[in-house]
Amino acid sequence: MNNRKLDQKRAPIYEALKDYKAKRVVSFDVPGHKQGRGNPDLTDFLGQQCMSVDVNSMKPLDNLCHPVGVICEAEEIAADAFGAQHVFFMVNGTSSAVQAMVMSVCKAGEKLIMPRNVHRSAINALIVSGAIPVYADPGVNQSLGIPLGMSLEDVKRAIAAHPEAKAVLVNNPTYYGVCANLAEIVRAAHAAGMKVLVDEAHGTHFYFGEHTPLCAMAAGADMAAVSMHKTGGSLTQSSFLLCGKGVNPGYVRQVINLTQTTSGSYLLLSSLDISRRNLALGGREIFRKVTEFAEYARGEINHIGGLYAFSKELLNGDSFYDFDVTKLSVHTRDIGLAGIEVYDILRDDYGIQIEFGDISNILAIISVGDRSLELERLISALSEIKRLYARDPAGMFDHEYIEPEIVLTPQEAFFSPKRSMPIGNSEGEICAEFVMCYPPGIPILAPGERITREILNYIVYAKEKGCFLTGTEDLTIQNINVVETKEHGFMV
Amino acid sequence: MDLWYKEQHTKDVQFSIRVEKQLFTARSEFQRIDVFYSEEFGRFMSLDGLMMVTEKDEFIYHEMIVHVPMAVNPAIQNVLVVGGGDGGAVRELVRYDGIQKIDLVEIDQMVVDTCRKYLPQTACKLDDPRVSIFYENGLRFVRSCENKYDLIIVDSTDPFGPGEGLFTKEFYGNCYHALTKDGILVNQHETPYYQDYARSMQLAHQRIQTFFPICKVYQFHMPTYPSGHWLFGFASKTYDPIEHLDAERWNALGLKTRYYNTELHRGCFALPNYVKDLLEGNDGQ
Ligand SMILES: Cc1ncc(COP(=O)(O)O)c(C=O)c1O
Repeated sequence: MNNRKLDQKRAPIYEALKDYKAKRVVSFDVPGHKQGRGNPDLTDFLGQQCMSVDVNSMKPLDNLCHPVGVICEAEEIAADAFGAQHVFFMVNGTSSAVQAMVMSVCKAGEKLIMPRNVHRSAINALIVSGAIPVYADPGVNQSLGIPLGMSLEDVKRAIAAHPEAKAVLVNNPTYYGVCANLAEIVRAAHAAGMKVLVDEAHGTHFYFGEHTPLCAMAAGADMAAVSMHKTGGSLTQSSFLLCGKGVNPGYVRQVINLTQTTSGSYLLLSSLDISRRNLALGGREIFRKVTEFAEYARGEINHIGGLYAFSKELLNGDSFYDFDVTKLSVHTRDIGLAGIEVYDILRDDYGIQIEFGDISNILAIISVGDRSLELERLISALSEIKRLYARDPAGMFDHEYIEPEIVLTPQEAFFSPKRSMPIGNSEGEICAEFVMCYPPGIPILAPGERITREILNYIVYAKEKGCFLTGTEDLTIQNINVVETKEHGFMV
Repeated sequence: MDLWYKEQHTKDVQFSIRVEKQLFTARSEFQRIDVFYSEEFGRFMSLDGLMMVTEKDEFIYHEMIVHVPMAVNPAIQNVLVVGGGDGGAVRELVRYDGIQKIDLVEIDQMVVDTCRKYLPQTACKLDDPRVSIFYENGLRFVRSCENKYDLIIVDSTDPFGPGEGLFTKEFYGNCYHALTKDGILVNQHETPYYQDYARSMQLAHQRIQTFFPICKVYQFHMPTYPSGHWLFGFASKTYDPIEHLDAERWNALGLKTRYYNTELHRGCFALPNYVKDLLEGNDGQ
């Protein structure tokens, strides 16, 4: 990472777009808006500059599905910046990067060791590919009600119990900023001949900041999905897929192309290119400031009393091996408010939008775009919320992670005959779809899991508190699809 | 050669002053600061290209922001001024012997330094022994205060820029908390005349109302501010600005003022109908 052979000041896709624009090429190709002329309202809204670079693949601009020109160059420079063997520019979110990782290493019927608190995109990949999940317990911090990273022992146990598994998937960090002992997990997996896939949707800055938790590529992992758009400053939906040494990038590209658009957006691609340049050149300073903001905010929030902005004091050497201090996660239950309630009050009463609130915590994302003025508003609003709304926390739900009972693989459950029934009556059935709060988009129920009373209680509580539940075919979340027949169940 | 200071009051309205010379320009951590000299207005300072204070008309603003609350409760002892780095409000406050303590919280030290150097007319009393200056974010400062001030004066810039936090619900809530049981909050309340400003005014009024039982708005004439028609908000836990006006006691102090007097005090709370409409949440059309 430090030995940068390639010039990080360059941004080949951006440069090629500027060139293309300067040539004033007459276009008889798609997109049909033709530099915005065909859609004046949209051009007025998004700006001429933006529309003029919304263009199609062509030789001088390369082709995302088969990069041999400027996209290929941009990939090489990005790979250098991330210390990866190869980097793919992704235009369908980190979801597509996670899916490409899983599908590159696991075929139908093959096993993947993973924590249950993964993003839905990972389980979606299992539905598409037919791979089988082996869940390792992520562990829970009971007092905060948050799932952690996996403990090394649990991963080793899963590896020993399933030696034929193809890979281990790790969140680095979790949404809350929790990191597992990635280096040791990589060692253990590699020793057993398994690949390591890392969901680094929330870890872009690990590659550019100082004193951050270890990043996947430095830990020797095989692949990582990095949400450049989350904390790195690129446009929503743009993302990077990183490959380490043990991976054949040509094959990965073919896997990506199974589901990738053939019309990759140059707005997204150039935003990745320019953001990578920005972070490679100034990331250290940017994330130093981000860290300073987050640390300051944590101090001030903890000073208010009742609210707990947690950090490294909770490290336990294992399932909470490291903490990403740029994550401003605040535990709210002790003031008698669910995180989701604080989240709603912040938006409705104070005009402050944070990333998410769950049952017991809120998370504010602090990133390259922040200034101290806004941070002061958040802190002051929290102190007001405590003053005005705090109540007795008795009777509040206090844990978040519910160990699933897996009956069918996600693919089997999703594609099996189903029937729809009221959620409240579904205890004991096998779930055939997802139920989750969004954000964070971590499934409460995934296809193939047994529906228990405990889970139903949790769903009712989350709904009552105002969580935005998603995933079911029924958009009103009244009914749930359950698996019709259980005879041919594939037991895991 | 003609040198003109120009300021965009709306996208279609421009205000300009012929300038003799520019005395100072710099970019602080928060904003661009300029000081000019004009024949008509004397020295004047702009922040991010928006007029803040001129030697010629600042007395109107500063007398109105200070004497209105002081005439309602002459027993005020502890005062917080948020913003107001030019020192004008402090200059009027130190004229009251009863005031024991004035805390001035200004986010931008360069504003204070610039005013000390170029605008002694307003900054002249910043060294009064009762005055303490804190270079801090106002929102942050108030957050930790409880039952501490009899009067809070919010002498802020517009809510687009560093002053933004001083127009928020969290700030007004924190102010309520920082005031004593008879506390008064006076705040810069923008103009009702142009739409963008009027919206800020409406929002500020709405938000203050959620905390204070008494919320009034008063007006004055400010020649160098957009539209020239400007407002302050008067919010309080117990005092009504007209009912509790102690004219006799205030007049007995014998303070000489150029704009404020106790008759004007009563009159300035009488608002045009369209302003009342706006404050009630209607669009004023
Ligand atoms: C842990 C994790 N992985 C993957 C994703 C998917 O990212 P995207 O929304 O860019 O598809 C998310 C998004 O919220 C996430 O939180």
